[in-house]
Amino acid sequence: MFVRLASKSLINRKGSVLLTIMAMSVSIFVLLGVEHIRSQSKQSFNSTVSGVDLIVGARTGSLNLLLYSVFRLGSPTNNIDWETYQNISDDPKVAWSIPISLGDSHKGFRVMGTTTDYFKYFSYGKKRQLTFSQGKSFENIFDVVLGSQVAKKLGYQLGDKIVLAHGLGQTSFSLHSNSPFEVTGILSATGTPIDQTVRVSLQGLEAVHTHLQKIIQTHGSALTAQPLSELKPKSITAFMLGLTSRMATFGVQRNINNYRKDPLSAILPGVALAELWQMIGLLENTLRLISGLILISALLGLSAMMLASIKEREREIHLLRVIGAPAFFLFLLIQLEALLISFMSMLIGTASLYFSLLIARDLLSSEFGLHIGLNILSYNNILFLLLVVSATIVVSTIPSFTAYKRANKND
Amino acid sequence: MTMAIQLTDVHFSYPEAPDNFILNINSWSVSAGEHVFIHGPSGGGKSTLLNLLSGMLTATSGKVNVLGERLGTMGARQRDRFRANHIGYIFQQFNLIPYIDAIDNIRLAYQFGNNDRQYSIADEIKSLLSAFHIPEIDWYKPVGQLSFGQQQRIAIARALINKPQVLIADEPTSSLDQNNRDNFMSALMTLVSKHNITLVFVSHDMSLANYFGRIDALSDINAAREEN
Repeated sequence: MFVRLASKSLINRKGSVLLTIMAMSVSIFVLLGVEHIRSQSKQSFNSTVSGVDLIVGARTGSLNLLLYSVFRLGSPTNNIDWETYQNISDDPKVAWSIPISLGDSHKGFRVMGTTTDYFKYFSYGKKRQLTFSQGKSFENIFDVVLGSQVAKKLGYQLGDKIVLAHGLGQTSFSLHSNSPFEVTGILSATGTPIDQTVRVSLQGLEAVHTHLQKIIQTHGSALTAQPLSELKPKSITAFMLGLTSRMATFGVQRNINNYRKDPLSAILPGVALAELWQMIGLLENTLRLISGLILISALLGLSAMMLASIKEREREIHLLRVIGAPAFFLFLLIQLEALLISFMSMLIGTASLYFSLLIARDLLSSEFGLHIGLNILSYNNILFLLLVVSATIVVSTIPSFTAYKRANKND
Repeated sequence: MTMAIQLTDVHFSYPEAPDNFILNINSWSVSAGEHVFIHGPSGGGKSTLLNLLSGMLTATSGKVNVLGERLGTMGARQRDRFRANHIGYIFQQFNLIPYIDAIDNIRLAYQFGNNDRQYSIADEIKSLLSAFHIPEIDWYKPVGQLSFGQQQRIAIARALINKPQVLIADEPTSSLDQNNRDNFMSALMTLVSKHNITLVFVSHDMSLANYFGRIDALSDINAAREEN
């Protein structure tokens, strides 16, 4: 009955109540959105690479190397000679190595050249291995393995022929149109940038760039059946190393950084990520502060609206008192009305965030490589919602107490 | 005969102006089941008297006894409950919350009383509304949409739902036309007689006096100076 009274009273004042709900919804949308995207992008970044001890690239800052080699953000400064790679990965302390070669795209998705070791050693999330949902790793030069999102978006099946373009644009003009790559495998979804990437063999990329004309001249149409050993790559963009022992990490890192023939940088992905978070931390806190301030202003708006309503409702309050309502009941009634507004706003704010993410997630993952899940109600966000509830209670004590005082004054 | 209301040596002033007595009643009483008509000009301490009887205000000094209970010695919460259970109140206007329907208005008053929650009140509310000639289609409309005559009749039902022994009416007919006023008065008088309710009825409309067995002038009850 009391909830009914409160809700009907709100419906009776729907104009100002709706505006207040809208203001509150927007602030909750921002609050939850900032927190969600912040934690999801962090998680997405953190889970993209795991179990890799060192990442090696041409000499550059550690953040730059991390961003372009793992997250496909930015571009490499220089390439590494294949021989250099060979030398370093021959070190007995190196258990495995994964060379990567970047710079091409397929219909907006990035193309990464690598070796079959990638599927054997690369792991993501909590040391989870890559698995194939269909097909298998490369065997021939023109074999292609797709990330799950790539296959889904472009509707590719095993055995489909695709064309690679140089550069990263969606409509690149320098199409390598006479290199018919064939899909031989599709990876299971990982929720990381891996899903957005097309993988080909280093030899395949090499063929596209340099040897293509030659190969076509010599082999004609028998091109697709070329085994991997036929072609040797000349250079790669970066490589990842797994070491035999964690203890060796710093020693190997030092050796690579002091490598004579090529200026190289070796980074520990964990350390570089920590550096990244430190940089982003300030921005994050600023965003949080702003969303907090928006929430406070919306709550003050709620309080002001309720306070104004009490003036209009003097006779109602008097009537409730005469039929036996204790003064404290009026305090609770106003609190209840404020909480109903708050709950409505949380519902609307959360739902609209959910639908916005539903719409924007594809754009975020294809444009920025950010994988944003739809589970908005994370531990932190539930905490934030509880905070909104308690802040509502605190802020609406002002109008509630006014109603209480009004109730005790009987003239 | 037992006294429903007994005021002895009652003074009242607001704390902001402690020397300005609005009420000064030496002795005034109403016996159980009696129907009293009080007339007097507005500003004669009328609403203050009614607020003392209902326990909305407490006297500055003196004894206010209602149904054998001394209101001044009760706690605030006790007084609220006493009012909900034993005293019905009808105003000139704004007797009902305008945005909820008749049934909810009456149920709300019922819930502030000391009632057995298991008991289904809905049937009783409906029979009361029928008795007051409120058509069934109007039971579920916000009462603000009903005619004023209907609202005042629902107000009687609302005031009587907790079976009060005392009913206070503060100019309840002043906003009604002749026809509605007669309907209202006959419905009210029938009910209070039937349930043996003590009625304190305040109005400046002397034409209503013939419904009552006892007629008091406010100036005779209240000895405080009138020009306050």
